[in-house]
Amino acid sequence: MAIGESQAPAGAVGVSTPPPLAAGPRVPWRRTPEGRARLLGIGMFAPAVLYITALIGVPFVLAFVYAFTDVKVGSTSFHWVGLENFRSILQSPSFRRALANSFIFTTISQVLVIAGSTTLSLALRDKFHGRGFARFLILLPWVAPISLGAIGWKWILDSLYSVINWVLVGLHFYKPYSAPMWLGEPVLAMASVILVHTWRLLPFSTVILLAGQTAIPKDIPEAAEVDGAGFWRILFQINIPMMLPIINVAVLFGIIFTFTDMTVVYILTAGGPFDSTQVLPSLAFFTGILAGDLSQGAAISLFLVPILVIVAYLMLRMAHRAETS
Amino acid sequence: MQRGKLRTIGYHVARWVVVIVFAVLLAFPFYWMLITTFKKTADLYTLENNPFIFNLPPTLEHLRLLFGQTQYMRWVANTALVGVIVVAITLVLALPAAYALTRLTGRWGQRIGIGIFLTYLVPGTLLFIPLSRVVALLNLQDTIWSVVVVYPSFTVPFSIWLLMGFFKSIPRELEDAAMVDGLSRLGAFFKLVVPISLSGILTVVIFTFTLVTQEFVYALTFISPESQQMLGVGVPTFLVRGDVYYWGSLMAACLIASIPIAILYNLFLDRFIAGFTVGAVK
Repeated sequence: MAIGESQAPAGAVGVSTPPPLAAGPRVPWRRTPEGRARLLGIGMFAPAVLYITALIGVPFVLAFVYAFTDVKVGSTSFHWVGLENFRSILQSPSFRRALANSFIFTTISQVLVIAGSTTLSLALRDKFHGRGFARFLILLPWVAPISLGAIGWKWILDSLYSVINWVLVGLHFYKPYSAPMWLGEPVLAMASVILVHTWRLLPFSTVILLAGQTAIPKDIPEAAEVDGAGFWRILFQINIPMMLPIINVAVLFGIIFTFTDMTVVYILTAGGPFDSTQVLPSLAFFTGILAGDLSQGAAISLFLVPILVIVAYLMLRMAHRAETS
Repeated sequence: MQRGKLRTIGYHVARWVVVIVFAVLLAFPFYWMLITTFKKTADLYTLENNPFIFNLPPTLEHLRLLFGQTQYMRWVANTALVGVIVVAITLVLALPAAYALTRLTGRWGQRIGIGIFLTYLVPGTLLFIPLSRVVALLNLQDTIWSVVVVYPSFTVPFSIWLLMGFFKSIPRELEDAAMVDGLSRLGAFFKLVVPISLSGILTVVIFTFTLVTQEFVYALTFISPESQQMLGVGVPTFLVRGDVYYWGSLMAACLIASIPIAILYNLFLDRFIAGFTVGAVK
């Protein structure tokens, strides 16, 4: 019995051998085996698609709608105000600062993450005694809840009892009570936020790169070594170029995770001092939720969309390239 | 020959230096949580004391405060309950959807699958403002049910993506043979495909559960009462009274919640990563 015939459901005996052309009574498409499978398929994925549409699609559209209205918490007012919200946020220094910070934090932390994770993934590539334990320690920042990790850093960077300051004072870089206030001065606070983002994403990027390295053939660098190429030359002319596609994957996810994150800033500095560490998501939260100005908050968060669109486009292009090659 | 040997030794030393430096830097905050948890308050807040050692004998006072006088255990229970319900909702929605998209919808399945995966990239920080209104309309604000409803919106897309990878690796002939033996397509799905995909399902369970414990923005936005908090928000919000940080109890709370989640996640890590790198690694 051919497999094609066997797919006709038992109850569909009369349907299983339809006339190839419209000679006899026409069989509706939905009664054919393919049609039935297709309908069952639609029935099986429809609930998930509806759920995602209701909780991602609808709020996504609402975010755009809100940004052009005057909707506020505790008020029934709902008027179209055109670009008023955008005009007003673009004039606000806090917003401009947040927009700039979002790019600064994402760019610097991603550069550090890629440099660090490339180094670390090369060191973890071959099996060695204790690699499993080392991997567990290295992964902790990524797998533990970020809000809790950030509190750990808040304690490490405490204005008075910072362990970093204790060491700096001990090494006589600073006099007691005059050590830096990590979270209290704008530039240091920005550096602290970048540090925590880097700390958080470095493990994620490392495991992505490790996964990618298994696909890289080992004989090419080995052959180059036999031919007399030095360590650095092999690294920069063979290993790293071969890792580029997977580094791209790590960077794209890293950009999304950093650019759209508000937890690190909210816990460490709450945007302070004087809005110097505010980023788009945290400013949207303070404006839209805490201050209740939903429409302006929505307008601020819309500035995340262009980055998301660019990253999504690049990912699709990469997936397409992998599919066709 | 001599040079080659030197190079090998150099490589091993360099590798150990890199691994140890990174492991120490990355794990340091957790070591710091551990040591802070057991230090007496007087020891913590004396500037002259060496913070790396116990200058006074260790104490359990911070743990007693955490478990005796805060709602920490309540937050743990809330988080576990939300985790279990969200896992159930995720499986009910994602399992059939992933199967349908790999087997029943032809070439459109893969495209819809990629589309669903892209929704995973839409961040909570873009949606939380409109969702706060939706949650209020449904009268769910200030209860854990608000996050129970919203969390599947980010656990389902990634789970569908992971499960599609699993279902693709099951040979079609197995199902065809089962259907020859009289099972319907749905019967083959429940009696054959689901049981042999158990490890994939377990991956989704762990992944969903850890995502629930790590989420922060929605829980912060939708829930304010202390007794309804999730772990990730309750700890930084309610273990701080005004400007007073109970650092000992705070660090204990962070450590106790982080380590089990980290161990669970670690066990299934390679499979999650496979979800992120599909397409780039062949």
